[in-house]
Amino acid sequence: MSPPLVSLDHITRRFGALMANDDVSLAVLPGEIHALLGENGAGKSTLVKILYGLIQPDSGSISLDGKAMRFGSPQEARAAGIGMVFQHFSLFENLTVAENIALVLPAKAGLKRLDQRISAIATRYGLPLDPQRPVWSLSAGERQRVEIVRALIQEPRVLVLDEPTSVLTPQEATTLFATLKRLKAEGKALIYISHKLEEVRQLCDRASILRAGRLVATCDPKAYSAHQLGELMMGRDIGAVRPPSGDAVGAVRLRLKDLSLAAPDLHGVSLHEISLEVREGEVLGVAGIAGNGQSELFAALSGESRTLAEAIVIGGHAVGDQGINRRRALDAAFVPEERNGHAAVGAMNLADNLFLSRHALPGLLRHGFIDKSALLARTDEVIAGFDVRTAGPEAAARTLSGGNLQKFVVGRELARQPRLLVINQPTWGVDALAAAAIRQAIVELATRGAAVLVISQDLDELYEVSDRLCALAHGHLSVPRPASELDRSAIGLLMGGANQFTAGAAHVS
Amino acid sequence: MSSVFFQAVAATIIASSIPLILAAIGELVAERSGMLNLGVEGMMLMGAVCGFIGAYFSSSTLVGALCGVAAGLAMASLYGLLTIGFAVNQVAAGLALTIFGQGLSGLIGAHYVGLKRDGAPHLHLPWLSGLPYVGHMLFGEDGFVYAALALVAGVAWFLRYSRAGLNLRAVGDNPASAHALGMSVGGTRLMAVLFGGACAGLSGAYLTLAYTPFWSPGLSAGRGWIALALVVFASWKPWRVVLGALLFGGATILQLQAQALGIRLPSQMLSALPYVVTILALILLNLRRYRGSLTPAALGLPFVADT
Repeated sequence: MSPPLVSLDHITRRFGALMANDDVSLAVLPGEIHALLGENGAGKSTLVKILYGLIQPDSGSISLDGKAMRFGSPQEARAAGIGMVFQHFSLFENLTVAENIALVLPAKAGLKRLDQRISAIATRYGLPLDPQRPVWSLSAGERQRVEIVRALIQEPRVLVLDEPTSVLTPQEATTLFATLKRLKAEGKALIYISHKLEEVRQLCDRASILRAGRLVATCDPKAYSAHQLGELMMGRDIGAVRPPSGDAVGAVRLRLKDLSLAAPDLHGVSLHEISLEVREGEVLGVAGIAGNGQSELFAALSGESRTLAEAIVIGGHAVGDQGINRRRALDAAFVPEERNGHAAVGAMNLADNLFLSRHALPGLLRHGFIDKSALLARTDEVIAGFDVRTAGPEAAARTLSGGNLQKFVVGRELARQPRLLVINQPTWGVDALAAAAIRQAIVELATRGAAVLVISQDLDELYEVSDRLCALAHGHLSVPRPASELDRSAIGLLMGGANQFTAGAAHVS
Repeated sequence: MSSVFFQAVAATIIASSIPLILAAIGELVAERSGMLNLGVEGMMLMGAVCGFIGAYFSSSTLVGALCGVAAGLAMASLYGLLTIGFAVNQVAAGLALTIFGQGLSGLIGAHYVGLKRDGAPHLHLPWLSGLPYVGHMLFGEDGFVYAALALVAGVAWFLRYSRAGLNLRAVGDNPASAHALGMSVGGTRLMAVLFGGACAGLSGAYLTLAYTPFWSPGLSAGRGWIALALVVFASWKPWRVVLGALLFGGATILQLQAQALGIRLPSQMLSALPYVVTILALILLNLRRYRGSLTPAALGLPFVADT
């Protein structure tokens, strides 16, 4: 076995009381793709930020080619040959591709010869790019290419990729894997962070698993099933979501007919003649990469954006021009994507947050005043019913972890036993246990006879909960099809916008 | 139109647009880094009074101008300390700076009201300055005019081609990413704010050293606010600042000329003309919003690194 190209030895870093990394050691060989696995908050990001010079470790050392290194800043790490592709795009919208790339190069490099260098990298690794395009005009896949080219142009020997496929269609991910395999063949060391365990099993040579800041295992991911890897990450059994029954489908609860909506702002997406039906007892999944109209569709459904009355019909009532209170009164419930600031007010306590989504409904008011005891009782029910870990109904929403707050905002709506639930990205940034609980609750709600519309980027999630699936691409919705008849590559093509030319024809037939 | 009359009108339009150009080009740089400094008016007044006092005692326009720049820098560093050091709300800090500048400049300048000194000397080149129509306009201005144009050209080049300018735009667009790439967000923003303050101070000094040339309290008369509007009007593009400033300067002069020619319009209405133009320009700009406008994405947003 060749000596490691890069190794992190006994890294420890604490933030206040939190041990983000506790004596973590990691060695990556040349020509190896090394997966770094772990739940949110397990310490993966801290570890790679230490390698990239963004965070300084409290103790421990980094060595490259056996030589001890200290990176006081990302510039030093880059100069030593460490490249990083960030999880959330770290690009600058109003700058061109070339300018974005120039920012990581030494100041003297200049913009003049840069275009040729970008083209050279692009052809070598199959990453076509137009250097003069402004970044805001690029798709998610193209942005990812900019991130990767920006890392590669510095000729790194070690490349860190933080959840690179979370915003890609399956086809784009396949292209990315081909690029990564070429880098591997060139003898580079790759550190690959991902939540997608199947992907890790296919691509990676070894995997290191972090749990609560500690390294719990380094193993060959191909020797384990995805489920076993998940258990290693969690330290306990996750349990599979019981699939929806799909046979007790009732009347149409939500009908959209030719819903069109102009983009609300500069970087928004317009919706184009979206038609669909959701029946009681079924879950309809809407797949799509973020930024294809999901937020706009949710806003139209919840009443934050108004449309023609007939475009949205809930339980036989045309409500397209009505606000959210009228829709809630029709037994509809809405859970937006962003927990902080949209679904919940961080500075307010849980009971008040519960009141915010129910103030126009009967039950919590007495003679026009808030019925405090009823409100606390309802809040306690949600906390107990959905296993929300919190100090109690008087705790401020912002003191809850992401997963617990998400369980609370979902539970708040489900506790009303709505007959229609619209939920956007139900488990985004939530740990696996909370995610499984939320998905299970969605499926059970449908089993009890509610109509559910789930908008999500996570295909695994959609296949777990949905009876029927469709995809939103550039504001166009594909025709919903039974989930069992639609395989991943087909839905991937629809997410990439392949339906745009056929959807109209399908409507007519 | 005779050559003399034309040159006189052109000279007044240019003279009234120079303070706008100077203040706006500085604010433009600050805003491109994401700093919305509403204290331009206050920084201008401090530059005006300190510039006048400096020139009064030294009998040198250059020393006066430098005093004005220093006053603007001092005010801007106060703003930078509040907004970058303590992450205070930028709008509140900017408004406070303006009110502070109005009061302090009045206090400092109390003993200098009504004192006079000669205006800044104008360039005189034999033959060239005497050319009909364009001679005075091109070769007979004072130093501030040439300095203002050089500043605009310098800023345009800096933002478009220099690496530091690229860093500055990146910080204004996405400070979190800039930080992740290892740039100093606070440092870059402080430099931009200081440049803005220096320009506003110079603009104020121009008012008391060349434009009027004397000191009276509040003599900037809202030019700081017009400069702020001008930055938006110019869509954060340097050369459009010159265009906009000439337009606003022209509107001011048009109002004076119309009164002189006895056009029967209420003088208050004509005085309001530049401001009406500002509002119309802002509305028009907002009507044609398009993706990827030049508006710095992080304008007005504080940045605090989380590590």
